[in-house]
Amino acid sequence: MELIPLIIVAAISGGTSLLFAILGGILNEKAGVINLGAEGIMLVGAVMSAVTFLQTNSLIYTFFIVLIVAGILGLLHAFLCITLRVNQIVSGLAITLFGSGLSAYIGKSVAGAPIPVSVPKVEISFIEQIPIIGQVLSSLDIFIWLSIALSIILYIYMYKTSWGLHLKAVGDNPATSDATGISVIKYKYFHVIAGSMLMGLAGFYLIMVYSTSWMEGMTSGKGWIAVALVIFARWNPLLAIFAAYFFGGLDSLGFRMQLFEIPIPSYFLKMVPYIATIIALMIIGWKNRHKPSIEPKSLGIPYTREQRF
Amino acid sequence: MNQNQSFENLSVKSKKNRLVLFKLEYDPHKKSSWWISIVSVFVALILCAIFILINGMNPIEVYTKMFLGAFGSNFGLSETIVKSIPLLLCGLGVAIAYKISIYNIGAEGQFLLGAIGATAVTIFLPNLPGTLYIPIMMIVGIVFGGLWGLFTAIPRTHFQVNELITSLMLNYVALLLLDYFVYGPWRDPAGFNFPGTPEFNDFQLLATVGNSRLHFGLFFALAAVLIFAFLLSKTRWGYELKLLGANPIAAQNAGIQIKKHILLVMLISGGLAGLAGAIEVSGVAGRLMYGISPGYGYTAIIVAWIAKLNPWLMIVASVFIGGLIVGGYSVQTIGLPSSFSEMLQGAILFCLISGEMVSKYRLKKIQA
Repeated sequence: MELIPLIIVAAISGGTSLLFAILGGILNEKAGVINLGAEGIMLVGAVMSAVTFLQTNSLIYTFFIVLIVAGILGLLHAFLCITLRVNQIVSGLAITLFGSGLSAYIGKSVAGAPIPVSVPKVEISFIEQIPIIGQVLSSLDIFIWLSIALSIILYIYMYKTSWGLHLKAVGDNPATSDATGISVIKYKYFHVIAGSMLMGLAGFYLIMVYSTSWMEGMTSGKGWIAVALVIFARWNPLLAIFAAYFFGGLDSLGFRMQLFEIPIPSYFLKMVPYIATIIALMIIGWKNRHKPSIEPKSLGIPYTREQRF
Repeated sequence: MNQNQSFENLSVKSKKNRLVLFKLEYDPHKKSSWWISIVSVFVALILCAIFILINGMNPIEVYTKMFLGAFGSNFGLSETIVKSIPLLLCGLGVAIAYKISIYNIGAEGQFLLGAIGATAVTIFLPNLPGTLYIPIMMIVGIVFGGLWGLFTAIPRTHFQVNELITSLMLNYVALLLLDYFVYGPWRDPAGFNFPGTPEFNDFQLLATVGNSRLHFGLFFALAAVLIFAFLLSKTRWGYELKLLGANPIAAQNAGIQIKKHILLVMLISGGLAGLAGAIEVSGVAGRLMYGISPGYGYTAIIVAWIAKLNPWLMIVASVFIGGLIVGGYSVQTIGLPSSFSEMLQGAILFCLISGEMVSKYRLKKIQA
């Protein structure tokens, strides 16, 4: 393959697991819940994929097991944050800690074992004739298409349906939403669990397509980057695609640069995505310093229904 | 707003067939008792026991192994205390930031920078008078850690970037920086490709107690607790921090400058973690090497939360968690990964925060 399509494909496949996690983060935060458990849920999703696939050899089965397991972690976070009203940040940290420990514990038996998976690619014969775009599109697998489709569906859901409007209302002002008859608790539970499932899929993609063998702590901070990129994507699922591919590109650039023998130690190249995230957020913050923040207004604040007698 | 919110009414028929109403009342100001913490830890142990059972092992055997590994021998005990020193210092750092609602989860990176700073002294100043080494290494460690903390604070104060994100990203940057030094320019040429710097000389090492690995860094940590407790409860500055933590808007109206406080607090927070890093290289490792921290900075968050930010309780909490880590190493002999203790820590944190919340509810009879 030529260089330009190669870079684009690397950016897309590097960014897809991020995209799943960002979409998950958006759903959580739109409902007013910060989910810092992303890293832990991704790790558990990845290890469950590895274990399940090695046992069953079925991609579909693995996919659903990951959804269930990640959903359970989401339920835990939802229960702690929504029903018990604990500090969301501490609950998220606990999930990440628990998840990384649990994943190492489960994954000990499959560590390093190659996962013989072949993820089907979507072949569209007439597009493949187009020079660069054709080469790029023909090398995308079905989960990449799934992630893009999900972004579009979520965009429509959030901005064009009444459920999406309710969701925004719940994230911005739960008390008023409650008064107008929206069941705030149900909305919050549903979106935290669904968002966590997407975070689990991020781990699934990471291990099924990106690195195909389990290693302790293999997400190496992708979950945290995703939490940061939710802000970068301005809580918009379509912008999330660009955010994910941009940082996926930066990430894979670190590897590629070594091939070109650029005299910068690889350690510094690997720092680029992290530093770029901080700088990008600083630029956004500086540009919007006089504007009201667009983040959901009740983000991080547990909702308490007032006395009703 | 009414602070006592009841959100659930339970009606129960009494013996005489009269309706008795109970309400579950939430009181955010109710302090949870100390035994809640102990019950929470037990619940967490039971939860993890289920996972051990699923894995086909005996939880009692695993826990006994962990306990004896951490506290059952002089060696285990001294290892536990050695582990608790960095936890205590980083925990104090996390706690002081949290006092004004700054979530510093970058203690890990600040710790590593402290370790790098202290090692830089041994590499770039090879001909200092011997007695000067330890003080200079400690100071440089504090400064490096503190500056790394400032990198988190400045985006927060001047660019509205959430400190959670910045401090975490900087952890990964610090880790890569450490890898660069120990695999690259600082690698010991006589070290058979071992990813570490040359070993420190005797002047650069902290003295140890007897033959054990227990070192004098313990006194730095205890002194830090003392200073922390004094500053927060006896000084005007501590009072301002308390005010800022309780109600930032009121504090600002009272003329307290939030930005200045955030910068200073993050400098201190990072400095404490940096000191921990400097102590770790000169007290335990004797050189800068790959994997110098098994995640002390993250674990310190749990220490701070278990102790509810109280510096004295933090001594107990850090010894407890230090014991968990050492116990985690000892279960490796029966085929469990040492990160099992991480899972246990996560479960403890879950149970602790939910236990604390549950204890704020009380069932109250409202009508008989």
